[in-house]
Amino acid sequence: MLKELQPALILLALLSALTGAAYPALVTGLAQATMSDQANGSLLKENGQAVGSRLIGQPFSDPRYFWGRPSATAPMPYNGGSSGGANLGPLNPALEAALQERISVLKAADPSQQAPIPVDLVTASASGLDPHISPAAARWQAPRVARLRGLPEARVLALLERHTEGRQWGFLGEPRVNVLALNRALDQAAP
Amino acid sequence: MNANLLLQYGFFFAVLFLLAWPLGLYMARIYRGDLPAFVAWLRPLENFCYRLAGVRHGDDMGWRRYAGAVLAFSLLGVLAVYALQRLQLWLPFNPQAMANTTPDLAFNTAVSFVTNTNWQAYGGETTMSYLTQMLGLAVQNFLSAATGMAVVVALMRGFQRKEAGGIGNFWIDLVRSTLYVLLPLSLILALALVGQGVVQSVAPYASVPLTQAVDYEQPKVGADGQPVLDAAGKPVLEAATAREQTLALGPAASQIAIKHLGTNGGGFFNANSSHPYENPTPVSNLLQMLAIVLIPAALCFTFGRWVGDLRQGLAILAAMTAILVALLAVEVWAEQAGNPLFERLGLATQGSELMAGGNMEGKEARFGISATSLFVTVTTAVSCGAVNAMHDSLTPLGGLVPMWLMQLGEVVFGGVGSGLYGMLVFAIVGVFVAGLMIGRTPEYLGKKIEAYEMKMAAVAILATPLAVLLGTALSLMLEAGAAGVFNPGAHGFSEVLYAFSSAANNNGSAFAGLGANTPYYNTALGLAMLFGRFTIIAAVLAIAGSLAAKKRIPPSAGTLPTHTPLFVVLLIGTVIVVGALTFLPSLALGPVVEHLQMVGVR
Repeated sequence: MLKELQPALILLALLSALTGAAYPALVTGLAQATMSDQANGSLLKENGQAVGSRLIGQPFSDPRYFWGRPSATAPMPYNGGSSGGANLGPLNPALEAALQERISVLKAADPSQQAPIPVDLVTASASGLDPHISPAAARWQAPRVARLRGLPEARVLALLERHTEGRQWGFLGEPRVNVLALNRALDQAAP
Repeated sequence: MNANLLLQYGFFFAVLFLLAWPLGLYMARIYRGDLPAFVAWLRPLENFCYRLAGVRHGDDMGWRRYAGAVLAFSLLGVLAVYALQRLQLWLPFNPQAMANTTPDLAFNTAVSFVTNTNWQAYGGETTMSYLTQMLGLAVQNFLSAATGMAVVVALMRGFQRKEAGGIGNFWIDLVRSTLYVLLPLSLILALALVGQGVVQSVAPYASVPLTQAVDYEQPKVGADGQPVLDAAGKPVLEAATAREQTLALGPAASQIAIKHLGTNGGGFFNANSSHPYENPTPVSNLLQMLAIVLIPAALCFTFGRWVGDLRQGLAILAAMTAILVALLAVEVWAEQAGNPLFERLGLATQGSELMAGGNMEGKEARFGISATSLFVTVTTAVSCGAVNAMHDSLTPLGGLVPMWLMQLGEVVFGGVGSGLYGMLVFAIVGVFVAGLMIGRTPEYLGKKIEAYEMKMAAVAILATPLAVLLGTALSLMLEAGAAGVFNPGAHGFSEVLYAFSSAANNNGSAFAGLGANTPYYNTALGLAMLFGRFTIIAAVLAIAGSLAAKKRIPPSAGTLPTHTPLFVVLLIGTVIVVGALTFLPSLALGPVVEHLQMVGVR
């Protein structure tokens, strides 16, 4: 084993330079040159100003906005500097307590909405940064948002439709609504 | 079972096999030094490495020397990654001024990446500098994968050669794996991932305004920089308001590409492939899943070509695929059926075109149930360990599937190299069992399987269950081990069992509620990773050396053909029986009890 230390050391240095310096430098250079928007975080811009990222959700609790997935990041929800999930097991009493709390807050914000709440609206996302909710979760909130903003519900549903992404390539993943982009559009439609 | 799910899964497997086939045949060539034109221009670089390192072509190693080289190289790798973490504060490419990590975390992480486990006791964006990620972690993503590939190539030589003293040269196998397989594939995948939205920059973290400011509580920090404690010893909380959001960036795409291709799985960010900057779209998700299985599947074709009968490789591939598909069906059923609690609380859980439904706790909306279940199954069948959902929040049976896939020894595709050499060990056991039944000396691919091979196969198969079961039992008896458990009840037991299953089998995924960044778990899991990885490598190389020295005997009427459906069934049976006998009792204490409790709540 000792005899092999010399080639081990030299090859570790050489291959480190290749895979740990040259390779990331090449990818960074190519990415920044050809896809700088994506490489730098897919920022959502309005009038040249960054107002968020198309890929990273933001916390909303004002009933005039659509709300996103519950986020378990610390110390504040949707902390883009420290991702993570709640890690609650299916039988953990803390999961039931958290769900009941979220359900009652949602119902209090719109007592007239009697339909069952879509499950993704009250369960924490894996990253704590999920930018999307299901179209069902968005539609569930549409009457509330329309009423509080004084907009016809059809108008809100049309906006919702415009910010719904279908399955990618027609069959991959799930249909989803980008909450931040939708709320920015709402603010422009009825400030 | 809906049409879209079948389409997603069918597409995945079709593309996988279409890519694995040519890649496998390509690898069969490059390990012989027969370079196709499109990579031949790299040969001067390859030879330059050998010249500098003093490696000579044709310098054949016996298995002991080969194993010594693997160990020497891995040891230096551990030291390098350890040093980078302990010194990162004073090194460049640390725009967020990440502090040096603690010694136990640095040990755990260094071992974890060198053994191709990539267990994460740390959170990427809150712990590691860009330099540590690029020059430490990503480098070992390449080199630990290349090491696994080298070892399986050595084992293939054992079958291929007759009356030979050596099994190849580790340095040559290592350099060729890196230069001709891992680097080109990573480059292509990294750029494709950036196209989908994976970040790749060395700039500091960005900051954007929040549309709605958020009020929260945080621990109050005193003048001395320490959290202020109240009379009961609890940290005092103070109200705060956030008006800006930090966006963690970094050279992520380059690292994530090899994280999947090398079946490493250590995320650039804490949330791993559920983080929208690490896995932004369903297409990036598909690419990452394909990358996980690609090389392990391709190696089956390489194996078939090398032993001169492609059907031998296809039989192995068929056995792996059958186990994977069966457990995938259980996984997606369990997660779509979800948690009865949700219905009890009056939630809508039925999947439809408007929502994924099912158990969405700890999952991302863009992936839903179908894409998440496939990822969960693939990442644990292969010893990758990347996650696009929080496994701790899976349903009990949805958590049993990934746990058992790891416990089977990471042979259902398994890690790059390590999966195939593990599965070939099971094949040896399979022909031995068949030989016992008909009372003949077993043989595999023209090599007699005798007492020495069987002893080494037993060592390889029993090493990881030993580490898993003893490690779990010990941890639950020790205060330091029990203290890390996060979820109460049977699920807490599962967290510890999952951790040791993951570490000893070099997977790296976690029931992440477990508080694993403690001196106890960092040390215990680090030792489990080392033991699992290198015991098997040593045993496999010993088998390779012994087989290479044997004559090749022509098949006779009493030879069990090893390319038939009968052999596939025998191989599946061997894997399942060993895995079931070893782990059913412990699984019964964890996920099975939890499942019964869950359906009983109804």
